[in-house]
Amino acid sequence: MSETLHEIRLRVNGIEHELRVPARRLLSDALRGELGMTGTHVGCEHGVCGACTILVDGEPGRSCLMLAVAAQDHEITTVEGLAEPDGTLSPVQQAFAECHGLQCGFCTPGFLTTVTAGLRRDPCPTHERARDMIAGNLCRCTGYQNIVRAVERAATIGTERAATLTTERAATVGTERNATIDTERAATISTERAAALADRGSGVSS
Amino acid sequence: MKPAPFDYVRPDRLADAVAALATPESKVLAGGQSLIPLLSMRLAAPSVLVDINGLPGLDAITVTGDGVRVGALARHTAMLESAEVARVQPLVPMALAHVAHATIRNRGTTVGSLVHADAAAEMPVVLALLGGSLDVEGSSGRRTIGAAELFTGPMESAVGPDEVAVSAFFPALRPGAGVAFDEIARRHGDYALVGAAALVEGERVRVGYLSVSDVPTVVDLTGVAPDDRADAALERLDPAGDIHATAAYRRTLVRVLTDRVVTAAIDDARGAGR
Repeated sequence: MSETLHEIRLRVNGIEHELRVPARRLLSDALRGELGMTGTHVGCEHGVCGACTILVDGEPGRSCLMLAVAAQDHEITTVEGLAEPDGTLSPVQQAFAECHGLQCGFCTPGFLTTVTAGLRRDPCPTHERARDMIAGNLCRCTGYQNIVRAVERAATIGTERAATLTTERAATVGTERNATIDTERAATISTERAAALADRGSGVSS
Repeated sequence: MKPAPFDYVRPDRLADAVAALATPESKVLAGGQSLIPLLSMRLAAPSVLVDINGLPGLDAITVTGDGVRVGALARHTAMLESAEVARVQPLVPMALAHVAHATIRNRGTTVGSLVHADAAAEMPVVLALLGGSLDVEGSSGRRTIGAAELFTGPMESAVGPDEVAVSAFFPALRPGAGVAFDEIARRHGDYALVGAAALVEGERVRVGYLSVSDVPTVVDLTGVAPDDRADAALERLDPAGDIHATAAYRRTLVRVLTDRVVTAAIDDARGAGR
């Protein structure tokens, strides 16, 4: 007896994929096996270790605790979708690299997705809240100290990047405003000149 | 660690879900945070999974002066973050904060946790202590199951094989009453070795325990002197030992937690001035 296959559409990192899977295919296995996106790691396969954590509609979820057939209505984000389109590391990725928040790297994709969503909810976590943010993810190498540092560093990088964007935006707005002011000023000047010329003209004629 | 094969249906009408559940060995899929591990470990091998996530209107959380009604698709996170729920029945968020980790709470449903009826879980004890209820829909219509009749054995509930739970009701905290919840686990987010919830209403004192018996157990400690509460509770509880804790250690935890939650609930009743 051959197993029934379901035609499904999965939206992963903004791209829609069509695939045929049996109902029992776990989302983690569909991502890795069918879609070849092996960034999502599979550890315990029963929801404890957190290595397979992805974002489901922006919030962390275990991909080993979802069926691929049941994930169709959701926007899935994997670790492959965290960096900027030009390859610039996200604040969380950059912080993990800077703080040595990983050693073997097996658990890292789950931490990166979890912390990405966590900092969206809580952009400036206290030390205690930073620890709580990663409480559902296991790491057997680091002893967690550098991961907690990475969470706090990611918060700082995120704030800095947001500030830079604001400054750039302000600069842009400033330039635009200056341009507007220049145009207005030019218009005023030309009006004044015209008036002066008219006055002079009238003076000459009088 | 891969599930055995099963058929899969995702009805968009409740009646179709009930009809699909007529198949022998069928099983409802809601949040899946307990069911899918059981499938992967092949401790469960249903013939067909009836995914109720496509059913409309089941994710509602309705709060009235009488209490909180939570639909079968409302996630733990939605319950935990609702200020209205916390206002009407503060024991619900107190206990939910101990349910697994945030990532699991994002998918797991409160009603699913009740139907799963794990004696080590928090929400069944809360429902039992508060005297709440579960509404289920089956081929013979809708019925309400009181918490006292709901939990029939270890991971067994009174929900029939062809019934789907549609909502649960947690009664409101009465004015002047107080509640508290605490548990002891090896690591935060793990299943508790022992957990306890207390409800104090005037002279009436009751405590619900998790991970102590095969089912969530509520003990009435009304009229018991403060120093005798732990002994009185242990007279009616018989904690078993397992790989996580010996029976003697569980008895110690029952003592510690009984005092802790009753004291906190009395303080809550006084302090809140409800």
